[in-house]
Amino acid sequence: MADALLDIDGVSKRFGGVIASDAISLAIPQGELHAIIGPNGAGKTTLIGQLAGEIVPDAGRIRFEGLDITALPIFRRSQLGLARSFQVTSLFLDFTALDNVALAVQAHAGHSFRFWRDARSEPELRTAARAALARVGLAGRGDVIVSNLSHGEHRQLEIAMALATTPRMLLLDEPMAGMGPEESARMVKTLRELKRELTILLIEHDMDAVFALADRITVLVYGRIIASGPPEAIRANAEVRQAYLGEQEEPHA
Amino acid sequence: MSGRLSPRNAFVAGVIAILALVPVYAEVTGNTFMVSLFTRIVILAIAAVSLNLIMGFGGMVSFGHAVYLGIGGYAVGILAKEGVNSGLLQWPLAVVVSALFALTVGALSLRTRGVYFIMITLAFAQMVYYVAIGLDRYGGDDGMTIYKRSQFGAAIDLSNKTVFYYVCLALLLATIYLVWRLVHSRFGMVIQGARSNERRMRAIGFPTYRYKLLCFVFAGMLCGLAGVLLANHTDFISPALMHWTRSGDLIVMAVLGGMGTVFGPVIGAVALLVLEETLSGITEYWQIILGPLFLLVVLFARGGIDGLLAGMRHG
Repeated sequence: MADALLDIDGVSKRFGGVIASDAISLAIPQGELHAIIGPNGAGKTTLIGQLAGEIVPDAGRIRFEGLDITALPIFRRSQLGLARSFQVTSLFLDFTALDNVALAVQAHAGHSFRFWRDARSEPELRTAARAALARVGLAGRGDVIVSNLSHGEHRQLEIAMALATTPRMLLLDEPMAGMGPEESARMVKTLRELKRELTILLIEHDMDAVFALADRITVLVYGRIIASGPPEAIRANAEVRQAYLGEQEEPHA
Repeated sequence: MSGRLSPRNAFVAGVIAILALVPVYAEVTGNTFMVSLFTRIVILAIAAVSLNLIMGFGGMVSFGHAVYLGIGGYAVGILAKEGVNSGLLQWPLAVVVSALFALTVGALSLRTRGVYFIMITLAFAQMVYYVAIGLDRYGGDDGMTIYKRSQFGAAIDLSNKTVFYYVCLALLLATIYLVWRLVHSRFGMVIQGARSNERRMRAIGFPTYRYKLLCFVFAGMLCGLAGVLLANHTDFISPALMHWTRSGDLIVMAVLGGMGTVFGPVIGAVALLVLEETLSGITEYWQIILGPLFLLVVLFARGGIDGLLAGMRHG
């Protein structure tokens, strides 16, 4: 697929006896919100890790805008426009929310071998950072030290930081993990807005959110894709229902 | 940013004022030893501030930072012995050699983390320590007297104790200002971000290694300068300049004074050396008193003395 923004081709990874990614091939075109679902241990986070560059695949190729990024280091991928958020919140806890986002802006505003001027007084960094905070609904919380923010706010900040790197594509690893219903609803709203401008790969356990947002859904079980298609097709797929949806929906209704 | 008249700012201004007035006090009371003691304090404060740049702000706990005191000191000593007395040659050379050494150590050690980083920095420092012991021409184990302090023409006579003290103090203040600019700049934000969460730094697009390496080199250069001053102060160099316990002293100064701010280690240097001086006048076993004091600071004042002062704002 020549026009895919992200092209995953036969990516495999095993950890000892466990096959975390089993020849995964997936093409995500520009503008799509693609959700990956699957039971715990299906290899979803391992897949994102390989896309973001933290884990090197044993086999296969990953192309971003036609460029082979399989061997590129993490920071280079970020510079190309591939941004990720973390499943377990990974922030600068001793910085303010605004400082967190401003750092992400700075990472994409040229090199940082600038030794003299006060970075906190640079409008170029602060304005863009404030804008990213506003987009995820944290406009008034910029001066709060991150360790004092709520869990839901941490998740929002995760997204703001990914956004601040002016990405072309977002890799979101369970952005709604641990959120209450209200926070989840707000996150769905945010993602719906983002989806108009960005290509998004979303890993999420919240099925309501996934089916509300996704253009296409891929189901991963034991590192293998068992189905991939539009939400209606996935909902109707017997194998998927048996492997995943059926077990999941009832206890959580 | 804290307000202008916070207790902490007042305290910092007070410390600087006291440091500036030491020679005056010594002149009035005739206590010339004071100048000598405070020259040592000011020099080691430069070293502690430089260590804090990598340790407090960058999260790189170097247990071999005193090696740069040795490199700076030996650069002066060796050149003096070979008849090169010009400070304009000695000082830049000492700083350049410190930078090159830091570049080598940093390039290797920054690939490791935690206790391995501590051990590698210690190992490199010990290596230089033993090399210095082997330098028979330059005194070997016993060290060597420097007969002529660095020469800067007629304008600045470093053999005048008061002049030398003020040169050291000016360099300390310059170092503090430099480090303060540095940690608040874009570069400093990267360094602090890498301390806070290096994984995330890489994920948002920073090649953290090269920034940390340069920071490590800056710290080595500043401490090399402190070594230059120390050799000129004591007119003597020996391997003891860079003994690992000296690296430990620098860590204690930074922790005692407070790693969170640029000025903290200065307070730590003053506190540690004044305590050492006072307590050793009372008892031979002064460490028995100093140890528990240090323990109390570590246990109950995580931000060091400086952190206690910052907390007073609310009290």
